[in-house]
Amino acid sequence: MSANPQLTEDGRLRHLLTLEGLPARILTQILDTAASFIAVSAQERDVKKVPLLRGKAIFNIFFENSTRTRTTFEIAAKRLSADVVNLNINASSQSKGETLLDTVANLSAMQADMFIVRHAAAGASHLIARHVAPHISVINAGDGRCAHPTQGLLDMYTLRHYKGAFHNLRVAIVGDVLHSRVARSQIHALTTLGCPEVRVVAPRTLLPRDVQNLGVHVFHKMSEGLRDVDAVLMLRLQNERMRGSRLPSAGEYYKHWGLTPDKLKLARPDAIVMHPGPMNRGVEIDSAVADGMQSVILSQVTFGIAVRMAVMSLLAGAGATGAQT
Amino acid sequence: MKIHIRNGRVIDPASGLDAVRDVFVAAGHIVGVGAAPADFHANQVIDAGGLVICPGLVDLSVRLREPGLEYRATLESEMHAAAVGGVTSLACPPDTDPPLDEPGLVEMLKFRAKHMPGPRVYPIGALTRELKGERLTEMAELNEAGCMAFSQADAPLVDTQVLLRAMEYAKTFELPIWLRPQDPHLGREGVAHDGVVAARHGLPPIPVPAETVAISTILLLVRETGARVHLARLSSRAGIEMVRRAKHDGLPITCDVGVHHVHLSEMDTANFDANCHLIPPLRSQRDRDAIRKGLADGTIDAICSDHAPVDDDAKELPFQEAEPGATGVELLLPLTLKWAREADIPLARALGYLTHQPARILGVDAGHIAAGRPADLCLFDPDAAWIVSPSNLASLGKNSPYLGLEMQGRVQYTLIDGHVDFRRDGHRQPNHG
Repeated sequence: MSANPQLTEDGRLRHLLTLEGLPARILTQILDTAASFIAVSAQERDVKKVPLLRGKAIFNIFFENSTRTRTTFEIAAKRLSADVVNLNINASSQSKGETLLDTVANLSAMQADMFIVRHAAAGASHLIARHVAPHISVINAGDGRCAHPTQGLLDMYTLRHYKGAFHNLRVAIVGDVLHSRVARSQIHALTTLGCPEVRVVAPRTLLPRDVQNLGVHVFHKMSEGLRDVDAVLMLRLQNERMRGSRLPSAGEYYKHWGLTPDKLKLARPDAIVMHPGPMNRGVEIDSAVADGMQSVILSQVTFGIAVRMAVMSLLAGAGATGAQT
Repeated sequence: MKIHIRNGRVIDPASGLDAVRDVFVAAGHIVGVGAAPADFHANQVIDAGGLVICPGLVDLSVRLREPGLEYRATLESEMHAAAVGGVTSLACPPDTDPPLDEPGLVEMLKFRAKHMPGPRVYPIGALTRELKGERLTEMAELNEAGCMAFSQADAPLVDTQVLLRAMEYAKTFELPIWLRPQDPHLGREGVAHDGVVAARHGLPPIPVPAETVAISTILLLVRETGARVHLARLSSRAGIEMVRRAKHDGLPITCDVGVHHVHLSEMDTANFDANCHLIPPLRSQRDRDAIRKGLADGTIDAICSDHAPVDDDAKELPFQEAEPGATGVELLLPLTLKWAREADIPLARALGYLTHQPARILGVDAGHIAAGRPADLCLFDPDAAWIVSPSNLASLGKNSPYLGLEMQGRVQYTLIDGHVDFRRDGHRQPNHG
């Protein structure tokens, strides 16, 4: 078995491919670095840019469309003064038959320093990481249903921001866990950071078999799964799942698993509500909850920039020292 | 050509013979074991001291990639690889391009194979035209052209009525049907066992019921028709248990497993190694243990290589997009020896899964060492260690889960039809006399 492909020999972050198998030390370092970026921008509102990645070329390689995630990475990179190139591969070389690794080899030859990769297949960023030159780092921006580590990290940042710590938290992840890379990254991060009770709440058709082996408690009813939790992490339900053999209708899903003010009352009174976006209002979440007092959904977006800045700066070797100056 | 093979440890799994003996070969046949026949004057002497002499291996699934898929591998390369692996008879599935659904294609393949060095090639005919699962092929004609059995390879057979009719028709001519059990709906778009690794990686699953539901359907139709069915490449504990009970009930069925499934499990796919992307998928360690138990108790009749050469372009992809399959014909023997060592199975018994047992399923005169039998022999050094690497594999397929790992046991000579088809360079030269 090879060593952890995400770490250097001396234990620093080499690539960010998945939160599975990363030590708590690294996750905490990323969150702390993100906190320092947020502190800087809070002190000096006019200074949005830091020069940590000046002269570095960062390639956003998206084999699957996502304006949102791509934009947050782009903003994060620009705040670090990096040069950003956006590539939407669907529209270019793949349709001409170029292989994934050929595309990557070509981009490497353009003096890239970092690849941010989104791909529809699990493990795509692992494959790329195995083949890049030693000076290039890879960030997984979502691979199939497998992992979305920066989303998982920004969710951890948000939880820590509002709840202070993980060791006394009870967290419920609600919705389409089966198809969700976000849920998988959240589960790995929460269990690594010492959260004692991670729950998943969903119908059986939207849970992987053996999901309890990931270290979660399985619930099928909101009335049981939400009871006394400190945070509710909602998942997006893809349009194509709303009717068919997994779910009969969006209406029935909303009735049983949609987060309404009534259902939220089962959670602790100070529970927070999170969602990775984009939301389907009236399907997985009621507008009164999404826009309500307990929702921290817009904070997640803000923290997402800082967390991605933290990951990029750590990968570039600039790290927390630079951010603290 | 008369060959005298000296001082080898002769293992004939069918008779249980395991002793140091000389073997005498003439005119394509074994003419003596132990004592030479009268007036035997060898043209060639092979010193087999330290080597095991066993019947040439019979491999029930080797993809030769001809016709149509020559960019993957060629008949010549894969037949040579098979001989390097000690295989002297092989069955090739019909999923070529075009599929083996017409007598002319089968005759052409047999003709080409016959005029090349390498093992005896037994094409498996397509059960349905173009493997589409709709219309039956001309099974009787294909049988005359050389097809020993009929199969859908990995193509789905959605219509159960067609399956019933195919069994009835095959039974009319007493032709065997080979089926890899997988429900076309339950396994749809799946790439991995529905277990802990697929849950972690979010890979589309092929659940165990995809296999058991299909086995259940097949067994019910076998009861109905009495057709002779061979179940190919079982992968699950539950599936093997169903076969165990069906055999106990006296149904005319046999089954095999792929050699990789004897050793590997879903855990080997945890780092997205596309070389471990196999069909059927590598399942849980519990399923793997059930395969070993099924071999030990005789529920499983044969081990095959399920040889599938895949080029780098089709493997250097994310796991779920990579083409399934592993090169295997050269690993069949060492991996079976590895299982025998680990499971404490006597060598003569273990070799039975590669010789007379698959020969009986295929219905050919092979897999025995006895006077009067065809001189198809495998001479291997059971202790020779070697590393699996692209340059150490003769197959054009270098796609192996075992790349970089050590094997124990290596073929030194392969005799086919009474002549030396393969001799490993560097082995002791025979001393004439």
